[in-house]
Amino acid sequence: MITDSAIAGLAFYAFSAVLIACAVMVVTSRNPVHSVLFLILGFFNAAALFLIAGAEFLAMILVIVYVGAVAVLFLFVVMMLDIDFVRLREGFQRYAPIGAVIGGILFLELIFVLVTWQSSGEAGGLRLNPTPSAVSNTQAIGQVLYTDYVLLFQGAGLVLLVAMIGAIVLTHRDRARSRRQDIQAQIHRRTQIEMASVPVGASIGDMGILRPLPPEEPKPKAVAHGHGGHAGHDDHGHGGGHH
Amino acid sequence: MLTIGLGHYLTVGAILFVLGIFGIFLNRKNIIVILMSVELILLSVNINLVAFSATLGDLTGQIFAMFILTVAAAEAAIGLAIVVIYFRNRGSIEVEDVSTLKG
Repeated sequence: MITDSAIAGLAFYAFSAVLIACAVMVVTSRNPVHSVLFLILGFFNAAALFLIAGAEFLAMILVIVYVGAVAVLFLFVVMMLDIDFVRLREGFQRYAPIGAVIGGILFLELIFVLVTWQSSGEAGGLRLNPTPSAVSNTQAIGQVLYTDYVLLFQGAGLVLLVAMIGAIVLTHRDRARSRRQDIQAQIHRRTQIEMASVPVGASIGDMGILRPLPPEEPKPKAVAHGHGGHAGHDDHGHGGGHH
Repeated sequence: MLTIGLGHYLTVGAILFVLGIFGIFLNRKNIIVILMSVELILLSVNINLVAFSATLGDLTGQIFAMFILTVAAAEAAIGLAIVVIYFRNRGSIEVEDVSTLKG
């Protein structure tokens, strides 16, 4: 038994009903932005369910990590990519029956397991970390997490580090227009370095020094732009008109 | 009726899990909704772990739920990064278009 107070019971039914409705909307919503927003609402309700079960720290972590980071990341990606969502919904009706059949079978199996399963009488004696009664939930988790599971904790940190580095490496685009030092080209430079006397106030255009044009930026292949004109923002070849 | 036990939580978890599976089948083309369905499945696993932890009075379930949370966050970050670079290269994220590696 998790709780037998009437208010907590009513709250459980309310929160779980909203959670399931949110999950349905996440799956069937037409607009992925709505899906993400329903996902956020669902995570809030799941956090409330955790609170009812007495896992306060995990509930707060769920709100912070999922709502604050993961769902907002989804929202960024959905809004950043210019996706034709109507095309993505083709075949929605075609896949619905097989999904319903497989989901129904899976749900029936889970219900069978739930009905026939019963907890062993010795389960209480097999506990690894019995919940201490005197301290709060957060303190109890900390006492277990930083002692018995410290290696797993460090491993979780490594997983996050690798994920962070991977996401940066994957999405970091080396801007072709940015002018940065190319040390190898400098070292292998063969032309004579010379000194020149520069009149006061002369620009490099006046001196006849032309910077090389930056290389073209690679474009996505499938996206066709109607306007192909390049505005000449680079300072190549313009005479000494501007200072 | 108003006594909430383990079975109630497990039922909610089972419904969420099935909805996640159903979402993967329903949105076969939209990889973002597939990733969201995977998040729903992981959330249902977390609900199960927390429910057992509360029923048995064992903190280990909550510890493991935290690790699952970590892995879910990492998975979402990497998955969305892959989606972003795929869209940048191909201009589309349809799952059926992702067949470049097919021999």
